[in-house]
Amino acid sequence: MFELENAKATQGLRRIAIDPVSRVEGHGKVTLLLDEQNKIHQVRLHIVEFRGFEVFIKGRPFWEVPVTVQRLCGICPVSHSLAACKAMDIIVGAKQLTPTAEKLRRLMHYGQILQSHAVHFYHLASPDLLLGFDSEVAQRNIVGVAAQHPEIAKQGILLRKYGQEVIHLVSGKRIHGTGAIPGGVNKALTAAERDELQKNLPQLIEWMQGGIQVMQRFYESNTAFHNSFGLFDSNMMGMVREDGALDLYHGYLCAKDAQGKPIFNRLNYENYTQVLREEVKPWSYMKFPYIAELGPEKGWYKVGPLARVQTCDFIPSPLAEAARKTLLAIGNGQPVHSTLSYHWARLIEALHALELIQSLLEDPDLLGKELVLSGQRQEEGVGVIEAPRGVLIHHYKVNEDDQVSMCNLIVSTTHNNQAMNSAIRSVAMQHLDRRVISEGLLNHIECAIRAYDPCLSCATHALGKMPLLVELIDAEGQRLSSLARNSNGECRADFSLG
Amino acid sequence: MNENTFVIDGTPIPFEPGQSILQAALKADVFIPHLCFFPGLKPNGSCKLCTVVVNGRPGSACTLLARPGIEVENNTPELNDRRRLMLQMLFVEGNHFCPGCEKSGNCQLQALAYELEMMTPHFNHFFPSRKVDASHPEAFLDMNRCIMCGLCVQASRDVDKKNIFAISGRGMASHIVINTPSGRLKESNFSSSDKAANVCPVGAILPKRRGFATPIGQRRYDSLPISTQTEFLTTRKA
Repeated sequence: MFELENAKATQGLRRIAIDPVSRVEGHGKVTLLLDEQNKIHQVRLHIVEFRGFEVFIKGRPFWEVPVTVQRLCGICPVSHSLAACKAMDIIVGAKQLTPTAEKLRRLMHYGQILQSHAVHFYHLASPDLLLGFDSEVAQRNIVGVAAQHPEIAKQGILLRKYGQEVIHLVSGKRIHGTGAIPGGVNKALTAAERDELQKNLPQLIEWMQGGIQVMQRFYESNTAFHNSFGLFDSNMMGMVREDGALDLYHGYLCAKDAQGKPIFNRLNYENYTQVLREEVKPWSYMKFPYIAELGPEKGWYKVGPLARVQTCDFIPSPLAEAARKTLLAIGNGQPVHSTLSYHWARLIEALHALELIQSLLEDPDLLGKELVLSGQRQEEGVGVIEAPRGVLIHHYKVNEDDQVSMCNLIVSTTHNNQAMNSAIRSVAMQHLDRRVISEGLLNHIECAIRAYDPCLSCATHALGKMPLLVELIDAEGQRLSSLARNSNGECRADFSLG
Repeated sequence: MNENTFVIDGTPIPFEPGQSILQAALKADVFIPHLCFFPGLKPNGSCKLCTVVVNGRPGSACTLLARPGIEVENNTPELNDRRRLMLQMLFVEGNHFCPGCEKSGNCQLQALAYELEMMTPHFNHFFPSRKVDASHPEAFLDMNRCIMCGLCVQASRDVDKKNIFAISGRGMASHIVINTPSGRLKESNFSSSDKAANVCPVGAILPKRRGFATPIGQRRYDSLPISTQTEFLTTRKA
């Protein structure tokens, strides 16, 4: 049981809800339970959306899956499409793609990383960082940023637009295209399309370096706040290639503890079930994954930009690697765990994506003709990719009639579930405990969630396994009755799941 | 006016004796919306989308023969409103999820919905529970998308001479059945080269493992609306 997850007694406590959490993808809420002195007794991030993809995908033909599951998200559909396609590559016996197919998929993926990170930093997070966590709420948005920092807002919009254009030219649409198919891709770039994408790249790289400087200046002006805000130690997980370099498209899973020591290293992701488990809790539709050997209390971890730049040994592009070294230096030899450093790491990855796009666009393979491979048909496939928000796992079984018979998705934001809860509990104790609660202080909680760039609509996949607790509480907070369903589906009245 | 000529919306249309109004119109590059007509198969007038007004009386353009001097109303706001309404009913009656359907871009139902500017389904969805048959090694049947046009039944019976598909049930309960002991396609002598495998205007009968191999932009109705593809519609062969 984590501190502040469950109040010892709820009677007489006041409830404050932040509903919905704003400027994140999807729908979630935060609840706080406080006593008369505003001492905080309970803090929870609830995910209130319900999807069910893992169930309704059953029975569908496997070649349809990458297109269907990408509808999980309007921000990172490319990631879902690619993770599903990587699993289906195995199903069709094409574990190794043609150079053209793999490079086009990588190009699309880097476009996705760039556009998603740009949306998050410039549109969603920058209002807090540039205008202030407790600035005037009516101005604390992208329109307010555009009014006060028009150049930064414009750069953010154009950086995102470029990422979207990369996706469009590879997959046919900016959102929910069909470029990647089991065994490869359905089209290559034309020379004209490549030339179009090469325009203005140096300018975009310069802007992204400017974005990193914005974050760096924020750190330098608010060092103590930055270092302590939402601070907690945790394990970290990310994907690297064989030589330890950050690889966002394909590689091995690595996990490190809070001090940076390896927990597991170079794990073939097809064996993810050997190291990861998922816990369900009655108050959220989102599961709580953990590293099996450490258990649910100590085995939770964070993923995404801040975890990735520290689980890898280096970033294989020069400008991003230099920026990574600058970020890591603030840890004085220890891993960086400050929540706001997620923004910084995210921008470094966006710069890395731009450098990779630049390099790929010089590769003649992008215009190649060999697009699809197939081999011996398999029954089971796992596809893992580093989505913008972290490790994304798609796992399918396909029957002899080509229908999906099993689907398990562990989505990036799900990995960060405990980390986000820990972050908001840390912020609640630092900034809200025993104080008069204001909108600005509540925004501090949202800022902690926002740093993880959660996609809550992607992350709700507990269908059929979800324990639920329904309580009837009177005006004084006295529990009158309750009905609980445990994870086996058994229901009991007046039964507390704790 | 020539002896073998009639008029659609004021435009003279030549025809050959024995041609339907729809055949003559398409040949003359005049588009009449339709779903259940396929060149080479006997028109059965089941979808009613090609309903036109002939000398003041409504009728199916696919089954009414062209006759000298008749006056046909086709592209009128009233008729297109009715057609849009029929499309909306077809969409809500089945489970047509274009975003995840591999027929998207090549689907006649979808193309007509765009053509007739169907902006919403208007009616409440039925969300019926219908069968999927993946048992055959070459074809995938998804009856969620079936619009009961009957083309597969006709093609299998009249061209392939296999009689694999039939319509069973009545009224709202009408549905396609497979003529095998288990009702599964696997036990039939169906082949992906059959005419019946290639006439479905929607995504109910699909070849397996082709999926989304055609990129967006290169699919049949991506670049040109269906109303400008009359030559394709008259010359297509299964």
